[in-house]
Amino acid sequence: AEIHDVLEEYKEGAAKFVGMPDTVLYCSLYDPVAPCPPGYNTNKTVSLWGSSGRMELTASKFMDIQRAIQPDWFQCISDGDTISGEVSRKRVKRSVDRSLSFLDECLQLLEKSPELQGSVMFGAIEGGDVLEERLRSARETAKRPVGGFLLDGFQGSAMAKETKLKLIASVIAELPEDKPRIIHGVGKPDDVLECIERGVDIFESFFPFQVTERGCALVFNYNYNPDSEAADLKQNKAQDVEKNGAEEDQDEISKADAEMTPFEIFLKDKRYQDDFGPVLEGCTCYCCQRHTRAYVHHLLVTNELLAGVLLMMHNFQHYFSFFSAIRDALRDNKLDQLKELVFRQALQGLAKAKPGQ
Amino acid sequence: MAAAAEPVLRVVAECAQSRARAGELRLPHGTVPCPVFMPVGTAGTAKGITAAQLEALGCGLCLGNTFHLGARPGAELVRRAGGLHRFMDWPHNLLTDSGGFQMVSLAALAEVSEVGVRFRTPWGDDEVLLTPERSIAIQNALGADIVMQLDDVVSSTETGPRVEEAMMRSVRWLDRSVAAHSLPQRQRLFAIIQGGLDPDLRRRCIREMTQRAVCGFAIGGLSGGEEKSAFWRAVKCSAELLPPNKPRYLMGVGYPTDLVVCVALGCDMFDCVFPTRTARFGSALVPEGSLQLKNRRFAKDFRPIDERCSCPTCQRHSRAFLHALLRTETAALHHISLHNIAYQLGLMAAIRRSIVERRFPSFVRGFLRERYGGTPGGTPEWVRDALRSVGIEVE
Repeated sequence: AEIHDVLEEYKEGAAKFVGMPDTVLYCSLYDPVAPCPPGYNTNKTVSLWGSSGRMELTASKFMDIQRAIQPDWFQCISDGDTISGEVSRKRVKRSVDRSLSFLDECLQLLEKSPELQGSVMFGAIEGGDVLEERLRSARETAKRPVGGFLLDGFQGSAMAKETKLKLIASVIAELPEDKPRIIHGVGKPDDVLECIERGVDIFESFFPFQVTERGCALVFNYNYNPDSEAADLKQNKAQDVEKNGAEEDQDEISKADAEMTPFEIFLKDKRYQDDFGPVLEGCTCYCCQRHTRAYVHHLLVTNELLAGVLLMMHNFQHYFSFFSAIRDALRDNKLDQLKELVFRQALQGLAKAKPGQ
Repeated sequence: MAAAAEPVLRVVAECAQSRARAGELRLPHGTVPCPVFMPVGTAGTAKGITAAQLEALGCGLCLGNTFHLGARPGAELVRRAGGLHRFMDWPHNLLTDSGGFQMVSLAALAEVSEVGVRFRTPWGDDEVLLTPERSIAIQNALGADIVMQLDDVVSSTETGPRVEEAMMRSVRWLDRSVAAHSLPQRQRLFAIIQGGLDPDLRRRCIREMTQRAVCGFAIGGLSGGEEKSAFWRAVKCSAELLPPNKPRYLMGVGYPTDLVVCVALGCDMFDCVFPTRTARFGSALVPEGSLQLKNRRFAKDFRPIDERCSCPTCQRHSRAFLHALLRTETAALHHISLHNIAYQLGLMAAIRRSIVERRFPSFVRGFLRERYGGTPGGTPEWVRDALRSVGIEVE
């Protein structure tokens, strides 16, 4: 929105503008990494935040912007202001009503937008943590000619995990089989698998970015095939997880980000200072092919930009390969094995955590 | 003994008018054409640019900083990693400086005596005593192809007896460095000429240092805020007196105009943080000068930084995109750094080509016209004076 006028003049769409003309571009309403302050949406507007502050968008303005962006897919403007928790039932109902009203208005505008004929609009399913509202939103949204569905409002930590999963399953039960379902703000490998089991198809990748930002590298094993190679990798991972939880390193672990998961290693930790192996044995990314843990550690300690560059390359490759493994597992009917492998690693990490955590 | 069997420099062409020459540096990790600009990778990396990207730009020789690397991660760790080449995965040539320049730039923390320099690092460690021997030992562990003596550096704006003291001490430290250097076959040791802006001191220093068996000579202690008219004279005087068969490395230079002038004055090697440092402020280097990409006038400028540039940034991205990106992302700095380094390397390649093709003076005139043609006053006076002194007239 901030560079709307630039894109309008450019005329050739955001994907080309950012130098990625051949990539599929999905446009979500918010940056999942940057949480939005609650309480600003109205019946006719949704607020977004950028470097120049708050911008209020109507459905019409929103569609103007999409016309300039020319995405392949985009989330319809919606009122998803139910994430912060402590949301009244009335407010939740309003989020569903508003979002449907936005959706209908945007569908009309879409028909009149030749620039967007090649773009697919995803309807946002709202409803906070209220089952009835979720079902209402899902059913009503499914009646409209949207190209796919966004399960909105499940990012953030206010909602209990059990509730989240139940709602996701219930919502998807109301949706047609032949349209894709996308979710934002998920996440960790175990959460991803839970969502996939319940019928989610598309995830955005803020998780590897967050891992990178905290100086960590994804090292979890997703190779569910029981052969010797996997056994070696598992051994490697077991050692890493072992290291992550060792008693004598409690002080060092406490310096790592509180958000760190059992699926990663904190490369800024002193133990990697002279570890001349790759970040992850067997990984084919640029970082692992050419550099060592010791080097990345050094870059993190000296605050060099290159640390983030290398870690991002690795974390993306690892995460995308994980999804490739998921597709293989689904095809081969081995999702349970993959799930068991990933969950085992999640639990191992928890088991080794400091007492009292 | 510090001189390797084979000389480093092979001169391929010389300008008939000026003192510019084109050649090759024969180094353990490959031959490097000169004149050459060396990007600076202080702590083993050039500001977010990967080794592969640097290599793809045609860089065959870059710089690592002994002071920083000696502190973090430490010489011993780099040795255990197999040397700096392996630590940063750089298959081409490296030059490490001695750590001496930080004496001037971090002066508050340093105390110089005949023994060496006593530091406290900016990261609050204990005091460190950097001696010529220790500097060479660290550089031996780092394993760069070219190593520099520890010199007693004073600011170029310094006057009085301290300048002479520093020059004489640098000679004595050169002898200690030569004696301490344990790997003359693998690493080429360069001396560093000091003497401030005083031609007499420079002459005396050169007379002494050229008697020692070193592989090349650096001209140190300049490019530190002195007046340009004094700067070029000191460079010219030093380059004139240095032997022609060994490379002349002008440390800390520099800006594109300075590179062109100092090549004309007879220098072969240069290093500077300028391209990456200026990128940090959103400044992109172009033949006409620089573009301040944060400026609003670039918001809708859909051209690349330089239409004639073949670097990855110019191949893919527009000024408008970089302008937008600069607001929020460090990625913009990376793109601009990459371009700026490409610009400097490209400039050196063009300079070299013009020397080989016997048209360096007209290259210089064209360069200056493009850069200063639009500015009031035109080419700065010091530039004209410097070039005239070596036979190149500029209108």
